[in-house]
Amino acid sequence: MITFLAFICTHLYGQHHHRDSIRVDTGAVKTLRGVTISASGYKEVIPAQKLSGEALKSLNSFSVADAIRYFAGVQVKDYGGIGGLKTVDMRSMGTNHMGVFYDGIQLGNAQNGQIDLGKFSMDNIESISLYNGQKSDIFQPAKDYGSSGSIYLRSRKPVFDSTKTTNFKGVFKTGSFDLINPSVLVEQKLTEDINFSISSEYIRSSGRYPFRYKRIYHDTKELAWDTTAVRQNGDINAQRIESGLYGNLNRGMWNAKAYFYNSERGIPGAIVNNVWKNAQRQWDRNFFLQGSLQKNIIKGYDIQVNAKFANDYMRYLNPDTTLMHIDNNFHQQEWYGSIANKYSVSKKIDINLSTDFQYNTLRSNMEGFVFPRRFTSLVALAGAAELGKLKLQASILGTFVNERITMGNTSIGDSVIAASPKREVTPAVFLSYKPFPQADLNIRAFYKNIFRMPTFNDLYYTDIGNAALEPEYTHQYNLGFVYRKTLAGTALREWQLQSDFYFNQVTNKIVAVPKGSGMYRWMMMNLGTVEIKGVDVISDWAFALPENISLNIRATYTYQLAQDFTKRLNPTLQKLTYGGQIPYIPWHSGSLISSIQYQSWRLNYSFIYVGERYHNSANIPANYEQPWYTSDLSASKNFQFKRYRFRIAGELNNVLNQDYEVVLNYPMPKRNYKLILSVEL
Amino acid sequence: MRKHSLCFIALLSLFVAMSACRKDVEVFPGDDITVDTASKNTFTGFYLLNEGNMGSNKSTLDYFDYATGVYKRNIYAAINPTVPKQLGDVGNDIAIYGNKLYAVINASNKVEVMDAKTARRIGQIQIPNCRYIKFYNGYAYITSYAGPIQINPNYTQKGYVAKVDTATLAVVDQCIVGFQPDCLEITGGKIYVANSGGYMGAGNTANYERTVSVIDLATFKEDKRIDVAYNLHHILADKRGDLWVTSRGDYKSLPSRLYFIDKTTQRVTDTVSIAVSNYYLDGDSLYIYSTEWSKITQSNTITYGIVDTRTHQVVSRAFITDGTNKEIEIPYGIMVNPITKDIYVTDAGNYVTPGMLYCFSKEGKKKWSVVTGDIPAHFALLPNRP
Repeated sequence: MITFLAFICTHLYGQHHHRDSIRVDTGAVKTLRGVTISASGYKEVIPAQKLSGEALKSLNSFSVADAIRYFAGVQVKDYGGIGGLKTVDMRSMGTNHMGVFYDGIQLGNAQNGQIDLGKFSMDNIESISLYNGQKSDIFQPAKDYGSSGSIYLRSRKPVFDSTKTTNFKGVFKTGSFDLINPSVLVEQKLTEDINFSISSEYIRSSGRYPFRYKRIYHDTKELAWDTTAVRQNGDINAQRIESGLYGNLNRGMWNAKAYFYNSERGIPGAIVNNVWKNAQRQWDRNFFLQGSLQKNIIKGYDIQVNAKFANDYMRYLNPDTTLMHIDNNFHQQEWYGSIANKYSVSKKIDINLSTDFQYNTLRSNMEGFVFPRRFTSLVALAGAAELGKLKLQASILGTFVNERITMGNTSIGDSVIAASPKREVTPAVFLSYKPFPQADLNIRAFYKNIFRMPTFNDLYYTDIGNAALEPEYTHQYNLGFVYRKTLAGTALREWQLQSDFYFNQVTNKIVAVPKGSGMYRWMMMNLGTVEIKGVDVISDWAFALPENISLNIRATYTYQLAQDFTKRLNPTLQKLTYGGQIPYIPWHSGSLISSIQYQSWRLNYSFIYVGERYHNSANIPANYEQPWYTSDLSASKNFQFKRYRFRIAGELNNVLNQDYEVVLNYPMPKRNYKLILSVEL
Repeated sequence: MRKHSLCFIALLSLFVAMSACRKDVEVFPGDDITVDTASKNTFTGFYLLNEGNMGSNKSTLDYFDYATGVYKRNIYAAINPTVPKQLGDVGNDIAIYGNKLYAVINASNKVEVMDAKTARRIGQIQIPNCRYIKFYNGYAYITSYAGPIQINPNYTQKGYVAKVDTATLAVVDQCIVGFQPDCLEITGGKIYVANSGGYMGAGNTANYERTVSVIDLATFKEDKRIDVAYNLHHILADKRGDLWVTSRGDYKSLPSRLYFIDKTTQRVTDTVSIAVSNYYLDGDSLYIYSTEWSKITQSNTITYGIVDTRTHQVVSRAFITDGTNKEIEIPYGIMVNPITKDIYVTDAGNYVTPGMLYCFSKEGKKKWSVVTGDIPAHFALLPNRP
């Protein structure tokens, strides 16, 4: 029987926002000495926003993208449904500025720079951590220094009780959208020092859901029109299988992992007048192998080696006979290696030097396509110091990118060139200060300058690509605090409040601009400028109520003024868009998660609010987007039958049946439900 | 404890307060802006069709009223409030024939038919991937990219011209033409269709179409093809019935050009070495503009000019004379009032936010300008009727 040690455990690192996450983490530490990621004794200077354990499990979310909506400062662009594209934007800097790391190594997409987090189901994910700036643990690959913000996804790792050598878990999920989603996990202790796990999952859904549009008259408020239809072509059929080996070494550890994902899905498309159904299809096949080794060589000197090979295939088909027939495939490969060296100068000062090398290729059957190859070398030098009340980290990252192209499918006479080499040196500084010895108050600040490379599509895509593109830069300034208070003898056991104020600049922003010859055509250019002033507030409360009922509440609030300062040629049009809030970024957004635990019962209520927005930076009534907010409920019960541990859960999403859109013309599901049955032994 | 509870309640009520913001969406009321003084004219006004970015469903209709000088923006939804999802996605052409107004809405696969005076909806003609419209003798002729599919290893799909009875709005006949036909012109008992091959040539110039299809009006069969140049776009007949055709070029080494087809020889007999993105014929003056991408300056080079259709000479290099042309980001639509000779030019801006309409006097001085919908593009003059 699982017991929740939420209120008795002491903090391991102190950065957990979720009481519930502690069970998992202590478990990991108890039985897997040295296998926790934070092998260094340092506390993070600025801790992550983190969801893990039971809190994550009982959150009504099918994919990682659904869960990430509950973080402060994050906006998810959701095109709707289980198969719909879901991309994440941190602090309004654009989705390309976010790094997503799966079990410690970055997921790449050199073609368009977007990671579709809708593809990562929550089935095998144990924790999600989000860092603004970068993970402030210096002992990491150079790539980990290379994004404006990072999301770390951690899959489940094998943990065994003293007597057990095998774990088994089977889960079956079903519900709205004709969802069928079984998954199986087996974990095996191979030797005293080596554990093995294999996890696989099958997802099938028709993606069909009713949606409704309606309009009322301005004057009379009477109904003008009201249409309900069924979302079509949002089906998905996906398989995931991943397997890992986890080993302990003398003063070190290693792991190796293979991941395979295969899917076919419909692209539901925009709902426009006279078109209520689309036919475009997409196939994805993602495979990667990755390994990591970490070892203490001599006293004070640690080494970490990471390597990865990824092979991604994507096919896009437009079979719609009223449109241009497209059947394109794109084939990407990535080779990656990294060595990080940490040297402890003293007990208080660490230095780390990381060098990474990455090689990316892209091929396609598309006409006029060039085949680019990118060689990226990264060198990061970082230092961390704990000087009493002050914790300090500083890093400098050098990025060196060279590209070559082969003519690919271009015809003779096409003048295609490779992008010129890029050399960038970018710094980051992180500070935290604890002014009072008694009060658990930490003041923190960071500055980071980083950039994103133009993607292969930005540079070389047939007709719209522009090989002259420069990187797109971000500058982030952040000041915040966290205050934590533990109380004895009251119902409120513990509460925490944290808040950050930030100012971000995105310069040289890569935007699509109209291109001659007066027809509807585009070109990628470094023209945009965006400035973001924002506030994130996160608060957690943990209550211990009578009858051994525990209540946890977490609330977040985000304010963002994200303004488009792109200069225009036309002064009247500049007046319309200059200083306008950028597309789809609400001024106000927030979330609430609350859960009640009573013995083996758990009830979860979560709420998301996204305030009014505009779908482009001309903030006029014609471009206005309504606020939307959804309430989700879930209930679960754990019980044991002989050696089998069961969990049964029911979820009800969008309880108030709101008809809403996150993205213009992409209707979201109305009220929907899910049932989950899991068995472990 | 009380303090914390208060804090919690405060936060919860903040959520509730924020939640109170969602309302039912109203039909967009449109707005009226007085841009000019009232004037009399043989035209009542003109419609301007805004294309809207693809997928945005933001094709909108604007109307300028000469009698009052009022520009009415986004009128379709206000006049037709019960039409689900309004006018549609990507308006590609607009024209008035008889007492009906026809708007070709490309990505909504339809031609919207409205009353010419009131813009009240009459019905729609279902034509997939429809492009341009012309009329003759009670019939509308509409080009479409989406002809029958040929089952062979190399997927190909020719376009067609649909013949529509303007009384019943029924498609009565179809004539297959080349790949991706764009503009068409009807003169001398023939329909001339500019084939682009736009879907075929994007990656390989040789795959563009380079012909004008000639359809006999009586038989509604394709007679022949006239070879012109790669990637044709616009076509129109001058007073004498000779044809002016534009090619887009291949966006790479081949530039856009203007070609002259002699009506008697039915062949290209002249090329004006000027790039043309769009044009408008008034009398013997062909008002043109072009936008060309320069790899060297990494910007669009925009030029304006007038070609005399009698002499085939470029007689003017600037019909905007007061410097306003410097602030136009992407000229996209052009029209000349045949009576006042006022010149109307639209600016499509950045394609995703509203554009502008400029009115210039015949001397090229700005008279007025107004913000339009997204990608203002196509004009239809509304004649006075008793």
